[in-house]
Amino acid sequence: MATQVETKPTAPPAPGPHKERRKKRAWILPTYTGVIIAYLFIPILVMIMFGFNEPAGRYNFQWEGFTTKWYNPDRLLEFEDLNEAVKNSLLIGVISTFVSTVFGSLIALALTRHRFRGRAGLNLGLFLPMASPEVVLGVALLALFVSLNVNTGFVTIVISHVMFCISYVVVTVKARTSGFDRSLEDAAKDLGADPWTTFWTVTFPLIFPGILAASLLAFALSVDDYVITSFNAGGTVTIPLWVYGASRIGVPPQVNVMGTLLFGIGVIYVLVSIFRGRRQGAVPSPPVKAG
Amino acid sequence: MAEIRLEKLTKEFKETLAVDHIDLVVEEGQFFSLLGPSGCGKTTTLRMIGGFEDPSSGAIYLGGDDVTDLPAYKRNVNTVFQSYALFPHLDVYNNVAYGLKRKKVDQADIKKRVEDMLVLVDLEGYGPRRINQMSGGQQQRVALARALVNRPAVLLLDEPLGALDLKLRNQMQLELKRIQREVGITFIYVTHDQEEAMRMSDRIAVMNAGRFEQVGAAQDVYKLPATAFVAGFLGASNLLDGEVEGADGSSAKVALAAGSTIALPAARLPNERGSVRIGVRPEKIFIEAAGSSGGGTENRGDNAIEAMVDISIYTGVSTSYECSTTDGSKVVVYVQNMGASADALAPGSKVRLSWHPEHTFAVEKNSSTEGGDNEMSDRGGTT
Ligand SMILES: Nc1ncnc2c1ncn2[C@@H]1O[C@H](COP(=O)(O)OP(=O)(O)O)[C@@H](O)[C@H]1O
Ligand SMILES: [Mg+2]
Repeated sequence: MATQVETKPTAPPAPGPHKERRKKRAWILPTYTGVIIAYLFIPILVMIMFGFNEPAGRYNFQWEGFTTKWYNPDRLLEFEDLNEAVKNSLLIGVISTFVSTVFGSLIALALTRHRFRGRAGLNLGLFLPMASPEVVLGVALLALFVSLNVNTGFVTIVISHVMFCISYVVVTVKARTSGFDRSLEDAAKDLGADPWTTFWTVTFPLIFPGILAASLLAFALSVDDYVITSFNAGGTVTIPLWVYGASRIGVPPQVNVMGTLLFGIGVIYVLVSIFRGRRQGAVPSPPVKAG
Repeated sequence: MAEIRLEKLTKEFKETLAVDHIDLVVEEGQFFSLLGPSGCGKTTTLRMIGGFEDPSSGAIYLGGDDVTDLPAYKRNVNTVFQSYALFPHLDVYNNVAYGLKRKKVDQADIKKRVEDMLVLVDLEGYGPRRINQMSGGQQQRVALARALVNRPAVLLLDEPLGALDLKLRNQMQLELKRIQREVGITFIYVTHDQEEAMRMSDRIAVMNAGRFEQVGAAQDVYKLPATAFVAGFLGASNLLDGEVEGADGSSAKVALAAGSTIALPAARLPNERGSVRIGVRPEKIFIEAAGSSGGGTENRGDNAIEAMVDISIYTGVSTSYECSTTDGSKVVVYVQNMGASADALAPGSKVRLSWHPEHTFAVEKNSSTEGGDNEMSDRGGTT
């Protein structure tokens, strides 16, 4: 643009200070972006890095030398109880993600397209788990389970995870369903699709990116949760509980490796969902408001 | 056999009576338009025929079968939606193929029919394109192809050209008409644009406040409006108050409040006695200076009134005069600018307005309110 201005004989030749200032300003945004990215990624990099460390003692806090031996399955799976915790976390994560995604998506659909009694209450109720402190939720759930004479353990962890994940799923999927153009469903019916076929060939594919994002969020929340889980775990140990317990006597590099692997799975999942979203394209707004 | 028959079809929303006991018969292969201002119930009528809205009462017959309670996906009709409603997650080919897949047509057949249809709507080779890579006009064609490929008995179109700019719109009007002739399917076409309706339709139903004011051939509806609303909605018209004096064979006489007695075919009178309103289109009136006996006499009609020019507006091809009669009624006249003769009539001139009895129509004195006045008629909103 600047060169165009200069070649025009009639344009005032003012490239000097103006251009300089713009050049200077051009650095601000990239620098800021870089700082933020570093801020977000350094902890993850440290986690990955210390998975390749060869600690001298019990504590894996200081860089001693590079090794890949922790990635050797024999070493990686050396702690029986850590393996158990990982297995529990993954299983709990998958179950609570599945349940909360299915029910949360259905709730989101119902909230955006039907007026029914209790709708306002449901809308508000869904925000409560997100708004209230986790400690309070954890204690309350424990009190509930105890008073109902339910033994805490695997099942109660799943129940509590579904409870807080479902809110996030609803909010995420609702963002997609509320912009949904209902005339697309009319069009499907018009072309001979019964309600079931309409849902699976039109509605579902179009809200799928939202469902995918919601399930990712739910899984991350579940695998990650310490506070609520700690109150309702009984004898069951998950990754956060094990790591917290181990941190007093020294966290072994295996934890970093497990973390790195989980992180890798998450990254792949995100990339897949971004790729799908891009291929599918944003739902274009209709040229005229249907009326 | 009638392709579509509506019997006392009614739709009531909570507060509004959107469609009010309408009866209609549309013959096979017709290009039929529902014309009326925004909010008169056109879309609601169409949605009931398509099966997207349950009628409050009344019945809908398609090809003789009662389909009133049949869900949309079982009706042999297809719709081109106002907003097109193309599936954004499918490419053009799969949008068009969607209906055939639901009917379990075999793959090779689908491919052939979709490709033929894309040729018909002038989109050959666009199959792999995504919807958001298509322009408005192209999307319109995809929507048309997606509906027509199913070979429905009836195609419903809800203001399909409303989102296009004027030039594209005119082009698509011709295109739609060509396609309709080629496929021979009955079209029910909703529009609020009277010119569009006149240009394309075999028959027109003029709708107002949930009812049909008039149903007839496009020409007849324009030439012989049945009500003041229709006269006002379809182009400009002049309406003058008068009293029926009586009929003399096939011709009737009406004394105008403006001071003269005019003649018209007796069959056009809505009532044999009493008050009526006499109508004539602005382009059918011959205007000349009062008392002149110059040229153009062959254009003079037998019906005549005295008036005075208020305003004259030169628009290039024509000049329009706004005149007032002795009783204060306004009369608009369009004159083609053909020679040097169109210069003498300055505002204030006394003039003689005349027209032929066969260009005269009559509506009830106290029929419903007039439709949108001449050029100002509602062409804006699409709802
Ligand atoms: N779903 C609806 N709920 C309530 N009123 C409606 C609904 N759809 C249409 N209407 C009303 O019915 C009338 C006719 O609407 P519509 O058929 O869309 O008119 P048109 O298509 O001729 O502009 C309007 O007064 C409109 O407000
Ligand atoms: Mg409409």
